[in-house]
Amino acid sequence: MRVNFTVNGRQQEADDVWEGESLLYVLRERLGLPGSKNACEQGECGSCTVRLDGVPVCSCLVAAGQVEGREVVTVEGLADFAKQRAEHGGCATGACGTPGGSGTSLDEAKQWAAKGHDSQTGEGGELSSIQQAFIDAGAVQCGFCTPGLLVAADEMLERTPNPTDADIREALSGNLCRCTGYEKIMDAVRLAAARQSEAV
Amino acid sequence: MDFLRPASWEEALAAKAEHPTAVPIAGGTDVMVEINFDHRRPEYLLDLNRIGELSEWEVGEESVRLGASVPYTRIMENLRGELPGLALASHTVASPQIRNRGGVGGNLGTASPAGDAHPALLAAGAEVEVESVRGSRLIPIDEFYTGVKRNALAADELIRAVHIKKADGPQQYSKVGTRNAMVIAVCAFGLALHPETRTVRTGIGSAAPTPVRAKAAEEFLSAALEEGGFWDNGKIITPSVAKQFADLCSAACNPIDDVRGTASYRRHAVGIMARRTLTWTWESYRGTAASTEGVA
Ligand SMILES: Cc1cc2nc3c(=O)[nH]c(=O)nc-3n(C[C@H](O)[C@H](O)[C@H](O)COP(=O)(O)OP(=O)(O)OC[C@H]3O[C@@H](n4cnc5c(N)ncnc54)[C@H](O)[C@@H]3O)c2cc1C
Ligand code: FES
Ligand code: FES
Repeated sequence: MRVNFTVNGRQQEADDVWEGESLLYVLRERLGLPGSKNACEQGECGSCTVRLDGVPVCSCLVAAGQVEGREVVTVEGLADFAKQRAEHGGCATGACGTPGGSGTSLDEAKQWAAKGHDSQTGEGGELSSIQQAFIDAGAVQCGFCTPGLLVAADEMLERTPNPTDADIREALSGNLCRCTGYEKIMDAVRLAAARQSEAV
Repeated sequence: MDFLRPASWEEALAAKAEHPTAVPIAGGTDVMVEINFDHRRPEYLLDLNRIGELSEWEVGEESVRLGASVPYTRIMENLRGELPGLALASHTVASPQIRNRGGVGGNLGTASPAGDAHPALLAAGAEVEVESVRGSRLIPIDEFYTGVKRNALAADELIRAVHIKKADGPQQYSKVGTRNAMVIAVCAFGLALHPETRTVRTGIGSAAPTPVRAKAAEEFLSAALEEGGFWDNGKIITPSVAKQFADLCSAACNPIDDVRGTASYRRHAVGIMARRTLTWTWESYRGTAASTEGVA
């Protein structure tokens, strides 16, 4: 079957999709977006986390056909997504999980697209504050868990700009780090939150 | 495999009638695991995501009509007052990502004895609204679970909503597992006090082939509370009453040994959770009772 949906602000069309295929497989194998990682395919590890209409989900558990006409943001589009959000003082897609609760109009949201640099890989562009904080805090070891953590942490900071440690732990409780760098990951999120509140 | 995408509830019912083997998919957090691991290769997948009304709820006089696909996250955020037991249980499910997708309809569809919604629904009192092209019916929650991962749905039926009694007193939910997140219950226990009818209801998870109520324990406790005038005097429940209640809850279990725990551990833990949740809810009831008296 064919699936049409928006990924990182761009209209995409995936052909010959098998009906039982996951969104994760479509992103990685059909659209050339390998940022979202495939580790467990059973919702346990969170390394495949993407935002579906603004909501963080495990893309390995979303059937490809279920995203028809919907909006997906992956780690490749995260920096642009965060930038757009900062410029519009709210959320980038207008679908931040709280219906009607943001300042971005649908039209504005529809105009958003990951741009500049290489939007396939996200390389060569500016990083989002959460990405920079992960690097600065040394929160990346092998890096396999990182994309999922970035997407989940970024969404938490959008909802909860001044999180407590308990907020961070809860928001990241669905993301496993096999290298067990959890303390540095906590540091990174605290750092991003602190920088974000300084910037305001 | 075929992917069916009904745009409305009526279309979904028609599709299910035409293809009774079609597997409905809502949040996909059970279905996709089975497909990814090749444990299931359905002929048809029936996507329910397009049917907006399944993700809505209505708060009525007596009960909440909860659409089958309302994600756990929404229940935690919006229905804590009306459905405290279910909101607590929802919070123990997996992780934020899973709770953003999975819901009670899928939990009922899977009907795992370990599903976290079940003890809360049994304790609160609920009816499952199911429908097919033949018509609609309400299945009392006590009759919904028919065996290990089996439920009372006919092949052409879909779950539309669950009607859950609004809390008229404190409710609690307790779950045993190795960590707070991402844990399938070793066993679980839900308790609801119903001061209006002066009754107590329970729900036990993962300690019998299906989720069950501890009916003998409920009857014992309701009678003991009535006899001692506890509902009116708001006294502390005597330890012997609490112990007898806990023992009867353990006795209601019919557990197995498996990788997550042994049968005897489960029976024991259910007793402990019964005693603790009774203490928590009763303290909360006494607190409210005392403060209402104070005002009067
Ligand atoms: C990592 C992980 C952790 C988990 N942890 C927990 C946990 O802690 N506690 C817990 O209870 N569960 C847990 N689960 C299981 C799962 O998340 C729940 O059972 C959830 O409620 C399923 O909801 P869903 O919408 O995703 O269901 P789906 O996967 O879409 O469907 C589940 C079943 O219900 C049927 N179904 C769905 N909607 C309907 C309907 N409207 N009418 C008829 N049939 C329907 C489907 O055909 C399928 O058989 C976990 C799953 C994963 C992947
Ligand atoms: S790959 Fe999706 S949660 Fe692990
Ligand atoms: S850095 Fe290796 S899994 Fe987290």
